[in-house]
Amino acid sequence: MTDLVVKSCGPMTSLQDRGRIGYQGFGVSPSGAMDRRALAMANALVGNPPETAAIEFVNLGGAFTCEGGDLHVALVGAGCSASIDGTPVAPQTSAILKEGQVLEVGHLRTGTFAYLAVAGGFAVAPELGSLSFHLRSRLGGLKGAPLKAGDRLPGRPEAQDREPMQLTADILEESGPIRVMLGPQDDYFTPETIRAFLESAFTISQQADRMGFQLTGPRLEHAKGFNIVSDGIVDGHIQVPGSGQPIVLMRDRQTAGGYPKIATVISADLARLAQMRPGTEVRFRAVERDEALAAAHRLKDWMASLPSSLAPVRFALTTEHLLSRNLIGGTVDALAPAPAEHHD
Amino acid sequence: MPTPKILPCGDSAVTVEFGATIDPDINGMVLALDDIVRSRAPTGLIETVPTYRSLTIQFDPVATDYDALVALLEAETQNLPPRNAVGRRWRVPVVYGGEYGIDLEEVASLHGLTPNQVIDIHSSAVYRIYMIGFLPGFTYLGGLDKRIATSRRLHPRAKIPAGTIMIGGEQAGIAPMDMPSGWHNLGLTPVRPYAPGRDPVFLFAAGDEIVFEPVEASRWEALEKAALAGEPVAEEVRP
Repeated sequence: MTDLVVKSCGPMTSLQDRGRIGYQGFGVSPSGAMDRRALAMANALVGNPPETAAIEFVNLGGAFTCEGGDLHVALVGAGCSASIDGTPVAPQTSAILKEGQVLEVGHLRTGTFAYLAVAGGFAVAPELGSLSFHLRSRLGGLKGAPLKAGDRLPGRPEAQDREPMQLTADILEESGPIRVMLGPQDDYFTPETIRAFLESAFTISQQADRMGFQLTGPRLEHAKGFNIVSDGIVDGHIQVPGSGQPIVLMRDRQTAGGYPKIATVISADLARLAQMRPGTEVRFRAVERDEALAAAHRLKDWMASLPSSLAPVRFALTTEHLLSRNLIGGTVDALAPAPAEHHD
Repeated sequence: MPTPKILPCGDSAVTVEFGATIDPDINGMVLALDDIVRSRAPTGLIETVPTYRSLTIQFDPVATDYDALVALLEAETQNLPPRNAVGRRWRVPVVYGGEYGIDLEEVASLHGLTPNQVIDIHSSAVYRIYMIGFLPGFTYLGGLDKRIATSRRLHPRAKIPAGTIMIGGEQAGIAPMDMPSGWHNLGLTPVRPYAPGRDPVFLFAAGDEIVFEPVEASRWEALEKAALAGEPVAEEVRP
């Protein structure tokens, strides 16, 4: 067995995949990775399907080692950096973490979430069809808990045979206001309030986590009260409680809730919003279904293109890398018979 | 009945709203539409979420023909009869009061009743599971007798134990796991509405009915042992 062993990590470091599908009718939050683009990139680098469970970092990095064999790993997201035994791993490349080596993940610099994928994923039993950890229901992860020092994540030794790869595709970067579709309860607000919502800047407050982002900005007045009989919630719903300060509901949201929802973030912009840190200014722009759908197609096409944007790292090695790996210490005749013994 | 509203929820979901109130007929239509959507399984369907008064349908926006989905929902909600088959009825044993139900005495005195009267009133009603939400397996029960309806506690508790039988406003519930709550605790049941690893993981479904059966504290140990061994303990009974 090859285990990835946690030496240290932040308190909210957890396993996340696509999320838990099919149990919302029983009150189970879907949860899942906050930035599916970064999850897909990390997985592509190690040859995994895009939604394979990976380790999600929240602001803080960590340190890992492996025991019982080597692991092919890749880290993507939020301006994070990785090094193996002190040697930096270039961004958007995968690397082999050899048995006993230490992989250090630095603090995230440009966003909130990053993903460490391991070739073949982890041999951890899913709960209700997913490895995604959900704090409130204590589902998923390792026995319903986030990761902590000393945890061992069993890998799949049979999946470690690929060489390190780099992604040549550009990160799918969008900019500008976060796109929303109005509704489902925009009729609970006056036209003036809707205009204020779409024309004002909001700030992501410190109350921002996997469950939801509390925003601060102009008070959004309700036209007919703020108590509704609970109805269904989806990722990206923007609910407005009595305070008039909106909350964007994220992956760890509840399945139903009782505040009017003025608008819904389109699926293609959820990851971009998720990576905006507390203190960041955010604006919203209302779009029609056509535009939301075009963006959803673009995201899906980009994710599907990732495996064909891979190239082996060896074609891009710098002299320093080669020297550090002791590969060009002398001239070797590739056609010469292999030495009977290995000499260092 | 007003025409159901079809409300887009971004590009990946739509909510069909049958009304704005808590009403068994409205809830019955929600469950009837849920049955239809799940059996028709339109391409791209991810999952459905029935609530008190609406059905939210989540789908893959790239795979789903939205116009066809809306046409299906419009056609199926025309004169949709509420799901007429009532779900199963469950008898749930409860030890009331004392350390099992720490708010029983307070609730009784608030309403000028004795604790035994509160127990009688609470355990003689038939409750409907309108929806399951908030936490895995948390049942939102309607049917609480107005004589013991009690507004929520001023100071919610950070943690109440799994199995707590509670009331809040005109609602009643069973805690599926340790959870925060601002409701009043009348008793405790060993029944676990949600037990990972048990088959079935979830005991109850929206549309089912619950009746509570007072049991003596002396039976607690045996019942709890059975529940921990994976037995439902809640008994399915005929209405």
